[in-house]
Amino acid sequence: MNRRETIKSLLLGSMAAGLTLQGCAPNPAEEPPVTTGKLQVYGRTPEEIAYDEKLLEETYFNEHELSTIAVLCDLILPANDQFGAATDAGVVDFIAFIVKDMPAKKIPLRGGLMWLDNFATKSYGKQFIACSIDEQKAICDQIAYPNKTAAELKQGEKFFSEMRNLTLTGYYTSKMGIEDLGYKGNTPNVWDGVPEDVLQKHGLAYDEAWIAKCVDQSKRADIATWDDQGNLLS
Amino acid sequence: MHITKAPESFDVIIVGSGAGGGMATKILSEAGLKVAVVEAGPYFDPKDPVTQTQLKWPYESPRRGASTDFRHFGEMDMAYGGWSLKGEPYTKKNGTEFNWFRSRMLGGRTNHWGRISLRFGERDFKHKSYDGLGEDWPISYEDVKPYYDKVDKLIGVFGTKENLPNEPDGFFLPPPKPRLHELYYIKGAKKANIPVIPSRLSILTKKINEDRGVCFYCSQCNRSCSVYADFSAGSCLIFPAQKNGGQISLYTDAMVREVVVDDKGRAKGVVYIDKKTRQEHQLNATVVVLAASACSSARILLNSKSTYHKNGLGNSSGLIGKYLHDSTGAGRSAFVPAMMNRKTYNEDGVGGMHVYSPWWGDHSKLDFPRGYHTEVWGGFGMPSYGFGFNPNSLNEHIGAEVGGYGEPLREDVKKFYGSVIGIVGRGECIAREDNYCEIDPNVVDEWGIPVLRFNYTWSDHERLQAKHMHESFEEIFDGMGAVVLGSKPGKEQDYGLTKPGEIIHEVGTTRMGDDPKTSVTNSMMRLHDVDNVYVVDGGPFVSQADKNPTWTILALAWRTCDHIVNELKKQNL
Repeated sequence: MNRRETIKSLLLGSMAAGLTLQGCAPNPAEEPPVTTGKLQVYGRTPEEIAYDEKLLEETYFNEHELSTIAVLCDLILPANDQFGAATDAGVVDFIAFIVKDMPAKKIPLRGGLMWLDNFATKSYGKQFIACSIDEQKAICDQIAYPNKTAAELKQGEKFFSEMRNLTLTGYYTSKMGIEDLGYKGNTPNVWDGVPEDVLQKHGLAYDEAWIAKCVDQSKRADIATWDDQGNLLS
Repeated sequence: MHITKAPESFDVIIVGSGAGGGMATKILSEAGLKVAVVEAGPYFDPKDPVTQTQLKWPYESPRRGASTDFRHFGEMDMAYGGWSLKGEPYTKKNGTEFNWFRSRMLGGRTNHWGRISLRFGERDFKHKSYDGLGEDWPISYEDVKPYYDKVDKLIGVFGTKENLPNEPDGFFLPPPKPRLHELYYIKGAKKANIPVIPSRLSILTKKINEDRGVCFYCSQCNRSCSVYADFSAGSCLIFPAQKNGGQISLYTDAMVREVVVDDKGRAKGVVYIDKKTRQEHQLNATVVVLAASACSSARILLNSKSTYHKNGLGNSSGLIGKYLHDSTGAGRSAFVPAMMNRKTYNEDGVGGMHVYSPWWGDHSKLDFPRGYHTEVWGGFGMPSYGFGFNPNSLNEHIGAEVGGYGEPLREDVKKFYGSVIGIVGRGECIAREDNYCEIDPNVVDEWGIPVLRFNYTWSDHERLQAKHMHESFEEIFDGMGAVVLGSKPGKEQDYGLTKPGEIIHEVGTTRMGDDPKTSVTNSMMRLHDVDNVYVVDGGPFVSQADKNPTWTILALAWRTCDHIVNELKKQNL
């Protein structure tokens, strides 16, 4: 563009911006990416979808490993009278996926499962899942308490801690686990302060001068206007 | 490779679409100028349901929100990218560290940032006059104030008038009420004689116009708001400018390699690589505005070598890339026994803290020169990958058993849910010539563009500040009856100081000044060497304050764009 054209567009713009100039339309969103249906739609880019679908196609754990994970998960988080067990919340699928997504977890978990079977065999002459519940618990008792583990069982403790972490994170990020936890958010609402009974329980109160400056939620839809000093008028 | 077609021609080319580029797009297009916006990532609109992550649940993803190579801040975060980008490396020098966060998408990092929108104060522009360190800006608060005022009104920021020294007030929307953990923070800070005021975040607690919605308190500003109730450069600047009929050509997935010059050494346009076709193209313009981020703009200038500009465009001072500096940071968390077994309710609130502490210290009594502010976090967050790890490690503080399995774990998780509070400090570091980025002579990225190499170290100015941060954290935690977690980091750990770059406030690489020998840009952020190239990102900052840079980037970009429009009207460009 030469200077004359620039000046022309400046003048035109100052008079007619928004009236006559042809603006570029916003770029249309790209076509929704096609998925194989295994993956839910949660705001992925095409590259992310391709990566996740590749992971979903892969298999890492074998049947025996998955069965052992299921038994362990439900020992860690069994059902109670209100909520299901870890397996009911889809934790096995979660763990099967996460090791493919985080390959550094593969060997420690596979090896840990084998360690568990070795220990069960030494203790009871059978693999972990073939043990009775009492026998399984007797094994867990030796590796589930970090401050009490025998020195020679530390590898088992490390594996159990990892399984406990993944089981709990899998459970509490599931629909069931979030309900169990009592998380009430992730939904449009209007925050208007800590409930009064909670304030009282904690022996706390809002400072009146502070609250006077806070948003009056009944006016949230009124367009903000100020005086020259920055005092809100609306 | 070759240039495939005759260059299109514009009044202004804007490189980058974050805070500075977004503001330039709005101001220049609304003045009637024909602008090209060249963005290295894809198109992104927070309201597009295809890309939206706001209000998604963790169980909608097989990895439950964990971070990935595509998004380092978690897969639901709305910053494509992170500390490394596939195919676009950077290197480090002399065993030093600098972590560089890049996000490739329309709106850049404004789509996920914390929306902490603080004005720099009078002292922040003239710090050398107070303590003899660093350099004063060639402009003062009074030069920027009218633009801060305009940014407040255009974009919206909540806060309160406090009349504090060096913490200028503005045109504020009313803030949200504090949450429970923030009331504990207030209690602790009061006992420690540390001031607390409502936060100043660019989130709409009240309507400001018909184009943008009002906050519905989901706490997910990092996912970019689908009703445009938070500030992102796309939703608040670029899309409104398009709607207002601006002549705006958006070039996305377009990676600018260099600014090209005419036979007089003035900028003629830019060359970019179309990432989808791997072909290079040229765009021409009367004016080039760089807003690619402090380091990316420095990289473009350093890579723009020509007969006229042998050391890179605008680099006669040799200072492009020098004086790079990021905010300091440290953080600590604590367990509040009084907050065990809480009744749950929705306390998501806005994304980010509702209260904070602006810097309160008196440097005549301290062994470090510059201040910091603190931010607080806590509450009933939505579970995501990592929630439930070490579920009952806090039992050690109440004499109960750690570890185990079965139903007691459920009870422990609920017992401790919402009982941990964290505080972080974000402070000012002193800009130094020997902290810099430069072109690595040996390495190119996948587009064939020479990459940046960083050299960065902290000094005791920053280390001792981090030490003071931890002392403050502990005082505040003590004041609220909390059990501080972890141990206080010692000298050998730099007192817990974050690694350079990690606070993502990097600025200073094209610093402004009146003397072309000691600065790269003038007080209008125009290159001293080339009169039709401007830099409107964090590059021209002479010093970072103990405040986040975005509000100042926006105000300065607006100021520079007004200047560009005037210069064009006067036919000076």
